[in-house]
Amino acid sequence: MTRIDAKFAELAAAGRKAFVAYVMAGDPDYETSLEIVKGLPGAGVDVIELGLPFTDPMADGPTIQLAGQRALDGGMTLQKTLDLATEFRKTDTTTPIVLMGYYNPIYSRGVARFLEDAKAAGIDGLIVVDLPPEEDSELCIPAQEAGLNFIRLATPTTDDRRLPKVLQNTSGFVYYVSITGITGAAEAEAADVAPEVARIKSAANLPVIVGFGVNTPEKAKAIAGVADGTVVGSAIVKQIGEGKSPAEVLAFVKTLADGAHSA
Amino acid sequence: MADDLFNSFMNGPDENGRFGDFGGRFVSETLMPLILDLEAEYENAKTDASFWAEMDDLWTHYVGRPSPLYYAERMTEALGGAKIYLKRDELNHTGAHKINNVLGQILLARRMGKTRIIAETGAGQHGVATATVCARFGLKCVVYMGAHDVERQAPNVFRMRLLGAEVVPVTSGRGTLKDAMNDALRDWVTNVRDTFYCIGTVAGPHPYPAMVRDFQAIIGKEAKQQLQEQEGEGRLPDTIIAAIGGGSNAMGLFYPFLDDPSVNIIGVEAGGKGVNEKMEHCASLTGGRPGVLHGNRTYLLQDDDGQILEGFSISAGLDYPGIGPEHSWLHDIGRAKYVSITDAEALEAFQFCCTQEGIIPALEPSHALAHVMKIAPELPKDHIIIMNMCGRGDKDIFTVARALGFDMETKD
Repeated sequence: MTRIDAKFAELAAAGRKAFVAYVMAGDPDYETSLEIVKGLPGAGVDVIELGLPFTDPMADGPTIQLAGQRALDGGMTLQKTLDLATEFRKTDTTTPIVLMGYYNPIYSRGVARFLEDAKAAGIDGLIVVDLPPEEDSELCIPAQEAGLNFIRLATPTTDDRRLPKVLQNTSGFVYYVSITGITGAAEAEAADVAPEVARIKSAANLPVIVGFGVNTPEKAKAIAGVADGTVVGSAIVKQIGEGKSPAEVLAFVKTLADGAHSA
Repeated sequence: MADDLFNSFMNGPDENGRFGDFGGRFVSETLMPLILDLEAEYENAKTDASFWAEMDDLWTHYVGRPSPLYYAERMTEALGGAKIYLKRDELNHTGAHKINNVLGQILLARRMGKTRIIAETGAGQHGVATATVCARFGLKCVVYMGAHDVERQAPNVFRMRLLGAEVVPVTSGRGTLKDAMNDALRDWVTNVRDTFYCIGTVAGPHPYPAMVRDFQAIIGKEAKQQLQEQEGEGRLPDTIIAAIGGGSNAMGLFYPFLDDPSVNIIGVEAGGKGVNEKMEHCASLTGGRPGVLHGNRTYLLQDDDGQILEGFSISAGLDYPGIGPEHSWLHDIGRAKYVSITDAEALEAFQFCCTQEGIIPALEPSHALAHVMKIAPELPKDHIIIMNMCGRGDKDIFTVARALGFDMETKD
């Protein structure tokens, strides 16, 4: 059982929805980013999604693209991202961390070495956007064998015929992408999302968390209300990009977490 | 090799879109159903005689195929060695090989009922070809082009606009060809229902590398037949040479010769200022290592952390940090050889071609020609080289003028 499995069991027992927050590791710089990440559990975040910077984030909108560039310009690397997780783990041993990014930096390091290092750094799960089930042998299966969750994205284009393939090697939770599009571009609608969540839940015994297009406490509440929880990324990253202090960013995160938890 | 079908080099990719370890389908889930649909439609079209009949008709009457295979007599004499033939794909409508592939993809898009076409472009040749064919079929066309390239390729931007396309300058990332491809993918993921992504080279997720190769293979098929018409039944070239950015013109020339073991195959990458530590080049195979980008595993220019680097070349059409996966495979198994040519060498070849043959070549094939100039003098007179003259140089005269210190400003 990973920290992710334990967290969702705990939330289910308490009848609470999960609030997942995404921040880019090293944005705007290593120290500030570490301070923000350390403050997330206190702001009500149940699961941390830690963005791994990449030069070519094909599924991300401008907000997260720019965050990645800021991080890379500041010298952020995969190693420093793992270092940041290691530092965080010194202060928090229970909040799950999901590393979210693209495959090339991981492939470049070597999958076996990466998994060993990620596990040692206290990473609990992976979301790798450009690894569909067709490429499961690359990282998904080795990650599960190493004791990490591999969290798959399901999307509005994932039809019933394809859904079992997408869910087959998924663990931890399913991340439902509420819109066809990139992060932070359009708004999710609870009425559209509800039947999709039901469709996924009928096919898999896993929590379903909904993200892309959730940007306010009200939206977080509405979307969490029709799922097991919700993810906010771009709206938080936008505040960091605007130069808000960690305290201001965390205060905003708390309003989102309160929204999701009130569902 | 050709006698043993099991050892054919022409069987790739496998059902997972792999050429050896290269290729694949590294895309987000939103796009997976789309590329699976495309693969199914392409498999269907490939064996449909009516699809190829329509292609042949357009190739003949709209593009002007077959393109000539031209014996470059003065060039041959000047170099004093091998006999040099140029495959004249610069004579195609729109001035480059790009339209061979665009026609195929647009016909597929029509079969799939897609009404909106998107494309990425570097130098603008693929963008112009896509805008052209979209105008021909009355389809909406959106072309993503790096902001930096929009600036240095103004004539092609204007051409695309005249043809009715919307040109979107890309400022994300560093505003180059790879960023244009990222933004095209972002558009596709957003507009999945009505949009077809017309990729300009033999890269991207399966089935693009194989599909684009198959559409470009007309170059090699024609050349093979034309050489026999001029040099006698059964005569194969001894060496075939083409320039490589993503590698579509090269794959088109090489593919029909892969199982002819006597044919030397040489791909020429853009060496920029030289394949050096500072990475001032675009030579993915000579100066890169395998990685995953834009849907496929292939050789890439990248740093130690797996971050993608910008290529550098005088030619905007070669300015891509990756290369088609089939080239990576041909490189690793040794069936094709890959070399690099610097900006300075390409410029010299550009001028040589102008004055020796009365052909103003694009900067891309000027790289291939520069390698021909290196090897031809050392080869015997009965050694036949076919070089793919994949584009004409009109688009490059401003760049060349600048490099040669000629003032092109028109004054009113």
